[in-house]
Amino acid sequence: MAAAAALSRLARLGSYGIRRGRGLMFNRIQRRGIAACVDPSTGLTDEQKEFQKVAFDFAANEMAPHMAEWDQNEIFPVETMRKAAQLGFGGIYVRPEVGGSGLSRLDTSIIFEALSTGCTSTTAYISIHNMCAWMIDTFGSNELREKFCPDLCSMEKFASYCLTEPGSGSDAASLLTSAKLQGDHYVLNGSKAFISGGGDTDVYVVMCRTGGKGPKGISCVVVEKGTPGLSFGKKEKKVGWNSQPTRAVIFEDCAVPVTNRLGSEGQGFNIAMKGLNGGRINIASCSLGAAHASVLLARDHISVRKQFGETLSNSQFLQFKLAEMATRLVASRLLVRQAALALQEDRPDAVSLCSMAKLFATDECFSICNQALQMHGGYGYLKDYAVQQFVRDIRVHQILEGTNEVMRMIIARDLLTES
Amino acid sequence: MAARVLVGVKRVIDYAVKIRVKPDNTGVVTDGVKHSMNPFCEIAVEEAVRLKEKKLVKEVVAVSCGPQQVQETIRTALAMGADRGIHVEVSGKDYDSLGPLQVSKILAALAKKEEASLIILGKQAIDDDCNQTGQMTAALLDWPQGTFASEVAVEGDKLKVIREVDGGLETIKINLPAVVTADLRLNTPRYATLPNIMKAKKKKITNVKPGDLGVDLTSRLEVLRVDEPPQRQAGVKVETVEDLVGKLKEAGRI
Repeated sequence: MAAAAALSRLARLGSYGIRRGRGLMFNRIQRRGIAACVDPSTGLTDEQKEFQKVAFDFAANEMAPHMAEWDQNEIFPVETMRKAAQLGFGGIYVRPEVGGSGLSRLDTSIIFEALSTGCTSTTAYISIHNMCAWMIDTFGSNELREKFCPDLCSMEKFASYCLTEPGSGSDAASLLTSAKLQGDHYVLNGSKAFISGGGDTDVYVVMCRTGGKGPKGISCVVVEKGTPGLSFGKKEKKVGWNSQPTRAVIFEDCAVPVTNRLGSEGQGFNIAMKGLNGGRINIASCSLGAAHASVLLARDHISVRKQFGETLSNSQFLQFKLAEMATRLVASRLLVRQAALALQEDRPDAVSLCSMAKLFATDECFSICNQALQMHGGYGYLKDYAVQQFVRDIRVHQILEGTNEVMRMIIARDLLTES
Repeated sequence: MAARVLVGVKRVIDYAVKIRVKPDNTGVVTDGVKHSMNPFCEIAVEEAVRLKEKKLVKEVVAVSCGPQQVQETIRTALAMGADRGIHVEVSGKDYDSLGPLQVSKILAALAKKEEASLIILGKQAIDDDCNQTGQMTAALLDWPQGTFASEVAVEGDKLKVIREVDGGLETIKINLPAVVTADLRLNTPRYATLPNIMKAKKKKITNVKPGDLGVDLTSRLEVLRVDEPPQRQAGVKVETVEDLVGKLKEAGRI
């Protein structure tokens, strides 16, 4: 079976103008001839390989063809995300009785890593949405779970995670948004900043102050869009993550039923941090996907581009560079998957491992994507080429869900605290 | 209508992989290479599952012939909605020489054993492009065949099949039991959903040996040599039509 015959057959298969969801694509992004050493399916169970396959297929067919358009036109791809939700991606680690898929953290990491190769920005939003759905599933009353989780798992409704404020980012526990108890309602006053999905989403998981200073005074409530007193700031203009809107979320005497509280009063910070442990693995997984896609793009480019009479892939410097990129990708992936395992097994080192994984993977993967861009030369700087979008999209992964500096704080504290 | 549908699924090298010929020219490299279900087999499974969803069929059975790894392919079919799987164990030299004749003998034997009244296959596999298994299976069973199907409809105890042929579309009506082979435009296969993948784990795959079915796997074909296609040669640019005609005459083409 000859390569040329295969190509021509694929060209025939793919050229039938009809818009099949399964376009057999030989496009710039998806070349699935994966070298064994960076193959993300090594070491997985058969079932995990199936999950990964669906995610890769979905990414290649439903997301990759649109990632540039979503980025350039700042489109929040609601229909595509709902298609993803139909496959079970709306509440991956939410319990099945409220519509989730009930999978493990490792399964989740594998899925987000694969989806991210199609569009990192959209996958990152899907992961935030998943985190919120999990928080409600885990800490909400049965009424709350039944009210919100099914719609979130099907993405009939979308969710946002509201912790950061203009005055409290890394120092999250110093947040000021107040929630005063009045009868059977909390009245919220304050504002949240940089909220992913803010203004376009329906369900807001909000950390607010019901008690005194510090983390123990913080509670977590679910606020629905349309609640009087809930408004939004302008849509921010960002370097990347353009397929998800980012806005400030403003509370002005916004009354929220006490029954919308997750967990008990004062438990909010704890819930927020538990959500973030998983969120950090998810974000790191998104970085892995972007880096994986970028390594393949770089490899393909240097195999084709010729200078000085030979392909760039003959340059030992570039060979070594590519090898380093691949090595760091695999190292990052192993750490992220270990952290996922630790979290799902509730091991004592889980929090630190999640922080290490987020720190290491987001830093390394950004560097990998950046290197891949460099290897493209001038073409890497053009928006016609996907690699620049991966670079722009994952740059923020080193900042949100806890800056990489905060990750170091968490790890150092673990190392230096006498147990 | 048909109570049981047999769907053949073949594990082939993934369509996106760059194929390499083995250094000894006996075949292509398959070790460590990504494999997946033949795209036309996916379309066949999808059609069978749709028939079941329309309640025109009671059970969809996915069949694959090969070594242990084909169970992955059967599981994919189960995740798409097939009810159970049959793994016909063929490995080693037998697997290397497994071709449409052997597979169609196996499918015919299974169809009788499972009392299937409809067999849906992909029109061809993307590795060998034989486009023979469906036709041979129908012949061995003496069943009508609707090949290159771009549409299949049940009409009473008959099947209306619209076939894609060179001249356009041909509509035929065939009696059941029958063999149908799926062409590209028959449907768009669904993605397996996460819950279905998990449910597929619990679905049964039975192992069967070709000997149990009374099938002789001896191949009548011997592959002599496998080569890459010749490298495409550079062309020549010409200035005028006279030059073009002159060059073509030189090359002995006209």
